[in-house]
Amino acid sequence: MKFLHDSWVIFKRSIILSAQNPLWIAIGLLQPILYLSLFGPLLTRMASVPGFPPGDAWRVFVPGLLVQLGIFGGAFVGFVIIAEWRNGVIDRQMVSPASRAALITGRVLRDVVVLLVQTIILITAAIAFGLRVPIEALLLGVVLVMLLGASFSALSYAAGLALKSEDAFAPMVNTFALPVLLLSGILLPMTLAPRWLQIASDFNPFKHMVEALRAVFRSEYFSFTVALGFGLALGLVILSAWVGTRVFGNQTK
Amino acid sequence: MSSNDLMIEARGLKRTYKARKKVIEAVQGIDLSVRRGEIVGFLGPNGAGKTTTLKMLCTLLQPTDGEATVAGCDLRRDPEGVRRNIGYVAQGGTTSGLARVGLEIVSQAELFGIHSTEAKKRGLELLHALDLDDIWDRPCGSLSGGQRRRLDIVMGLLHQPALVFLDEPSTGLDPQSRANLWNHIRRLRDEFETTVFLTTHYMDEADSLSDRLLIIDHGRIAGEGTSSELKARISGDSLTFTLRDNEEAAKAGGVAGGLDKAANVVVEGNVLKFQIPEGARALPGFLKALGEQNIDPIGAEIARPTLDDVFLTLTGRSLRD
Ligand SMILES: Nc1ncnc2c1ncn2[C@@H]1O[C@H](COP(=O)(O)OP(=O)(O)OP(=O)(O)O)[C@@H](O)[C@H]1O
Ligand SMILES: [Mg+2]
Repeated sequence: MKFLHDSWVIFKRSIILSAQNPLWIAIGLLQPILYLSLFGPLLTRMASVPGFPPGDAWRVFVPGLLVQLGIFGGAFVGFVIIAEWRNGVIDRQMVSPASRAALITGRVLRDVVVLLVQTIILITAAIAFGLRVPIEALLLGVVLVMLLGASFSALSYAAGLALKSEDAFAPMVNTFALPVLLLSGILLPMTLAPRWLQIASDFNPFKHMVEALRAVFRSEYFSFTVALGFGLALGLVILSAWVGTRVFGNQTK
Repeated sequence: MSSNDLMIEARGLKRTYKARKKVIEAVQGIDLSVRRGEIVGFLGPNGAGKTTTLKMLCTLLQPTDGEATVAGCDLRRDPEGVRRNIGYVAQGGTTSGLARVGLEIVSQAELFGIHSTEAKKRGLELLHALDLDDIWDRPCGSLSGGQRRRLDIVMGLLHQPALVFLDEPSTGLDPQSRANLWNHIRRLRDEFETTVFLTTHYMDEADSLSDRLLIIDHGRIAGEGTSSELKARISGDSLTFTLRDNEEAAKAGGVAGGLDKAANVVVEGNVLKFQIPEGARALPGFLKALGEQNIDPIGAEIARPTLDDVFLTLTGRSLRD
């Protein structure tokens, strides 16, 4: 009860702060919309290349964009918590009786809600560009983005609070982001890649999530690919929640 | 005194920081007791360990060693109980520059289980008491330094804690705001029996606001008592003489050094200073001794020791800017 109450208080404060600055939400959307409009048309021409997975180009491309939105929608929130820590907000809230887990959960919930808005806009835009998939597939796509967003937001808060320095945090996010992006088949399916690259990408959990969502967009719901991708996403949420709460708790060390 | 009347009781509190393989012993085992309704001033030079001690007592930092009971709750076993009963105003501020004042106030009170309407009422009252009317809708970042500092204090008092920790509350406040803050703190003590534990660098603040002083230096308690107790512990009054030239001052210094019970004899240029018990009685004899050597001071001054003298004697440093 107390956990829920405190999470709600933190969530309310955070979402009001975000709503005061809608520009950030817009900037977060810009990237996927640019991909959709500037890279999408290129991809539709490639759909006939041998090795291109089944389904039309949009059904292959949009799942990648959604996963990308999930990852990068949450990855940078660490900057926010470094600023809050520097202003003394984190210490102030830590001296209140609030549940430690709620201090991070409330913030993660805010990020998930912001991400939900962005996801809906992205999907609407994708439909306008020519994406045709059943509604339940779209809903599963939204769920996956939320799971990813929650995970990365929690991990980003944990990293920000552990490092307490933008100068250390920024290179960390970048070092992590590039290989994830390149090895996940987000932009181009890994089926086009040479054998060694495919093997390397097998170790990237996000590739399996993209593959799972592509399968869902082909109306393939009950398969190993789908189970693996969504299972990994669920596992990641649990792991991130644990890491995030631990880092908050360890602030007093 | 029953232990129930002790708001803070700490034994052997220690804290070491590890930074780049170096171990910093910030607080090296301190004992302290604070009674309910006391205003205690915690004094010490920069880096003495004041903030570290406060953070430990507020559950923000785990002590490396030692134990404490704060507001009736054990620091290690019941940190949540401690948090429910204390207010803490950090040295470096507490509010986000982007957030509006009202948002910070209401969300903070809600974390203590206070309903938002009650939170707003209390917030407005406190803002008014600290001369901060009409800032409710302003972003905290748009306030002046002193206004934002006073807002920090409001944030720490919203839940009407029985014990308040204030880490340099009056830094950046103009004299009028400072006097107003002192009045407010005294009122909290008088009307609600609130216990206040505050750090400060201002001697006048320590002197006039605190019921009792704790002086910390190099992570250890260097002195403790009321302002007048501490002053009495210094050996007597400060005598200052101005001589005609440096040579005479040096000679006069020699004479002073020969006096019974004279201490801390310092000659700076043509000025001689020393401390001696019952300065007014010692003065005529000293002047006579000077006359025998044909030394004739052009100025003389006797002063009761100040808190700054106490500080200087205990820590070897002056807090005067
Ligand atoms: N996070 C930290 N990591 C490493 N050392 C620290 C840390 N915080 C404080 N210290 C060191 O511990 C010592 C005590 O610091 P503290 O902040 O408690 O002093 P203070 O009495 O509050 O000083 P001031 O009057 O400047 O506020 C200092 O030497 C400081 O450099
Ligand atoms: Mg300090």
